[in-house]
Amino acid sequence: MALSMKIQASSLIAGQRRVRPMTGRRAVVIKAALELKAPPYALDALEPHMSKQTLEFHWGKHHRAYVDNMNKQIAGTPLDGKSLEEVVLASWNGGSPTPVFNNAAQVWNHTFFWESMKPNGGGAPTGKLAEAIARDFGSFDKFKEEFKAAGLTQFGSGWAWLNADNSGKLSLSKTPNAVTPVVEGKTPILTVDVWEHAYYIDVQNRRPDYLTTFIEKLINWDVVAERYAAAQK
Amino acid sequence: MAFELPALPYDYGTLEPHVDSQTMLIHHTKHHQAYVNNLNAALDKFPELKDLGLVEINKVVGTDKLPGDVATTIRNNGGGHYNHTFFWKVMTNPSNTNGPSGAVKEAIEAAFGSVDEMKAKFNAAAAGRFGSGWAWLGVKEDGSLAITSTPNQDNPLMASLPDSTPMVPILGLDVWEHAYYLKYQNRRPEYIAAWWNVVNWEQVASNFDAAKTGAVLL
Repeated sequence: MALSMKIQASSLIAGQRRVRPMTGRRAVVIKAALELKAPPYALDALEPHMSKQTLEFHWGKHHRAYVDNMNKQIAGTPLDGKSLEEVVLASWNGGSPTPVFNNAAQVWNHTFFWESMKPNGGGAPTGKLAEAIARDFGSFDKFKEEFKAAGLTQFGSGWAWLNADNSGKLSLSKTPNAVTPVVEGKTPILTVDVWEHAYYIDVQNRRPDYLTTFIEKLINWDVVAERYAAAQK
Repeated sequence: MAFELPALPYDYGTLEPHVDSQTMLIHHTKHHQAYVNNLNAALDKFPELKDLGLVEINKVVGTDKLPGDVATTIRNNGGGHYNHTFFWKVMTNPSNTNGPSGAVKEAIEAAFGSVDEMKAKFNAAAAGRFGSGWAWLGVKEDGSLAITSTPNQDNPLMASLPDSTPMVPILGLDVWEHAYYLKYQNRRPEYIAAWWNVVNWEQVASNFDAAKTGAVLL
């Protein structure tokens, strides 16, 4: 029996499982662990706007720890083997989150965050998304102002979000700690992490500068537009 | 009379290597200063609140003594100003620290079994506070010692908040990432362990003596 099989997926989607059989047994027992997905760019690719050192800690330590801790928590429980999204929703438990939620939601949030950025990002959206921003915020400049304000006014740790409903209407929100609009029935299309670990190495207390850089230099508007289109399907 | 940023009781480098000087500089002159500025701005329209003093302002968080539109700002920034003022004083040159003695040591042993057991509980509270917040050792209303943690800039003086463990704090540790990220990054447990080297047990004893009479030393 091929007990040494290992499926290494190079193009993972959030929640993809790695199948790892136990050795030394006649029957293969499959245990599935959720994976830490790499950002879609090298860890130094966002320089000088977000340093390699930040990515090494933020992805390599913080995000990795959320994945490892979540996997430890769900091993052998009914959540073992479920997709990441299922684990997030189940552990949210209708607003009385279980200990799994902080880890699972942070796994999801961080993958969503990496994918919201790209090297040479920023600039402006185009097409239907640009029209919706102008319609729902008044102008792109006004959107940028309000998105920045959401990030600035999330006291303590948390996230700021741009969401779309299935009619294409846009809204901003901010959440504390690990909370994600997904559990509030919303469809996020863009996020920025405002936990201090996201920016402290690069700009220390200067969260306003971090947010300006994120908006002007890092946002992957192509991905945001794809998510926007998907929200209306 | 506006609130002011208090001077540190020591130099920015005094707590090295356990708490680095760059962190102390930014923590004091940027973060704490911002809480003072924001608190003063919020209280500008409510001079009668300013007259209450910092401790009382913290105690009335969560009650209707704070007008609705500034309640959150005062909770966050009045809490931040008290917490940091308290924090600088419960730290000292690492060569000064001797561990607890006398009445506070007896109280710790009575509540937790031993100083080590107290530290283990405190470390767990500090490491386990998800997101931003503080861990506290304090005197409860019944005079006994207890450990709790609070989110963001809340503290145990804010007795009216739901889920509050009302206490007079005698020792506290900032576990916002800004308190340790430059030196420790994600390694919060390492920061917590190192921090015991700079605890000012004399100040803790003074805080304890005052708390036993119901007073909050600041």
